[in-house]
Amino acid sequence: MATPATRDNPFPGSPWSRVAVVALVVYVIYACARIEISWERVLVGLDNAGRFFARLFPPDFDRAELLWKGLKESLEIAVLASTLGIVLALPIGLLAARNLMPPWVTWPARLVIVLARSFHPVIVAILFVKAVGFGALAGILALTVASIGFIGKLITEAIEEISAKQVEAVRATGAPFASVLAFGVVPQVFSRFIGFATYQLDSNLRNSTMVGIVGAGGIGGTLFAAFQRFDYDFVCAILIAIIAVIMTGEIVATWVRAVFIDNATLRDLFRRGSLRDVRHTEEG
Amino acid sequence: MLTLKNLDMSYVPGKPVLVDINLEVAPRGITAIIGPSGTGKSTLIRCINRLVEPTSGAINFEDADLAKLSGRALRHARRHIGMVFQEFNLVERLTVMENLLCGRLGYVSPLRAWRRKFAPEDIAQAFDLLDTVGLTEFANRRADALSGGQRQRVGIARAVMQKPKLLLADEPTSSLDPRTSVEIMELLAGLARERTIPVIINMHDVELARRFADRIVGMSAGRIVFDGPPSSLTEEALTGIYGGEHWMH
Repeated sequence: MATPATRDNPFPGSPWSRVAVVALVVYVIYACARIEISWERVLVGLDNAGRFFARLFPPDFDRAELLWKGLKESLEIAVLASTLGIVLALPIGLLAARNLMPPWVTWPARLVIVLARSFHPVIVAILFVKAVGFGALAGILALTVASIGFIGKLITEAIEEISAKQVEAVRATGAPFASVLAFGVVPQVFSRFIGFATYQLDSNLRNSTMVGIVGAGGIGGTLFAAFQRFDYDFVCAILIAIIAVIMTGEIVATWVRAVFIDNATLRDLFRRGSLRDVRHTEEG
Repeated sequence: MLTLKNLDMSYVPGKPVLVDINLEVAPRGITAIIGPSGTGKSTLIRCINRLVEPTSGAINFEDADLAKLSGRALRHARRHIGMVFQEFNLVERLTVMENLLCGRLGYVSPLRAWRRKFAPEDIAQAFDLLDTVGLTEFANRRADALSGGQRQRVGIARAVMQKPKLLLADEPTSSLDPRTSVEIMELLAGLARERTIPVIINMHDVELARRFADRIVGMSAGRIVFDGPPSSLTEEALTGIYGGEHWMH
């Protein structure tokens, strides 16, 4: 038997990780002190919040036409921006994949993706409002840019993680590059792509309710105006409507994923608890 | 048929993997390449269809030097060379039928490939081959639902779909149990004989090589050190290929 004392400790502690933890704790305490978080302010704030919430109810749905118009525009922004964004993101994401493309192609494509991801959609929306004026077009363009950044990056990562062996086998048959994509690459990333795309639609639906605050169209403008006029009961109606839309979007996204990824049929969707069963049989 | 002339290959300059390989392969029969792990068998086979680039030398196949081809000419040459892989390399998320039709991708335009518009005779040939390899009822199953032996049957069928003039097999039985290995070798040898396709096959298993090959090529440290019929593969020859003696008894 070897004596344990002569072996190196297989789990040596790192002094740097300890330093990092101490530094984080010190910074959190320092930041709290600087921002002057005090108990009184929290109490006053809770009181204000209570009064505000009291004025939200009952929600006022009298201006349903205005509400509906805003929602419809938000929906249009979300769907158009997602479609346009995804269509543009697919080729850019492919060009940025380092396992399929040479460096002189991937670098420009990566640059486009990084630029599209650099700013929050609201900042991009402000830029587009300046460029093309108030209205839905600015919102659509802003969210398209956001979609290119998000989908492009995820598609690139998905393509870079595919199994090279499967691609090699398709290449070995003498297939041209476009056919290698169709049979060797797309099948490996398709289900993940559906996941990103539905997530992006979901996220654009939420963002489309917000770009209106800076004048880029949709329900956000209506919401902001109602806030400024202290019409809190109408604000509440708008918020409820937004929640309803987001939840509907979530359900549709789940269905799309079930159909494409788990091969569920339309009938499966309407049977209670059946989506989980579909997934299980697929694994088994 | 296929002639390798002075083939050299190194992934890192100064560390050669293949050294001066000269090999002539007849237009029929099975040539097994045996040798220790890491001796360049796999590299040699992949050099032939240029999945890896040889550093120097010539690969003469059907009146062309494959080592000099690129682009469309290389793709057209690859159409005539089928390949079977150790880990099957099926496209997991495609159906068995789609995997078989991969073998025709060199002949189908990308536009038709994206829309899955294959020629009726290709599809008929795919069904015939599925019958031959005994997987008829699996045509619409996804490849990842198959067992190892079934996957390799699909792998072989995919290669034969190319109507190849040469079949390369890189350790086709190393991921399989002994019984399935023999069945796969029987299938491969049978199809090759029936369609007169010459086969070059890398093997771990010396006994399996003796049993199925018409010719055995032994490699050691990137060089060919033995070349002859299975009957001439003596213990001395094996010592020359693998080194040492203690492992034989």
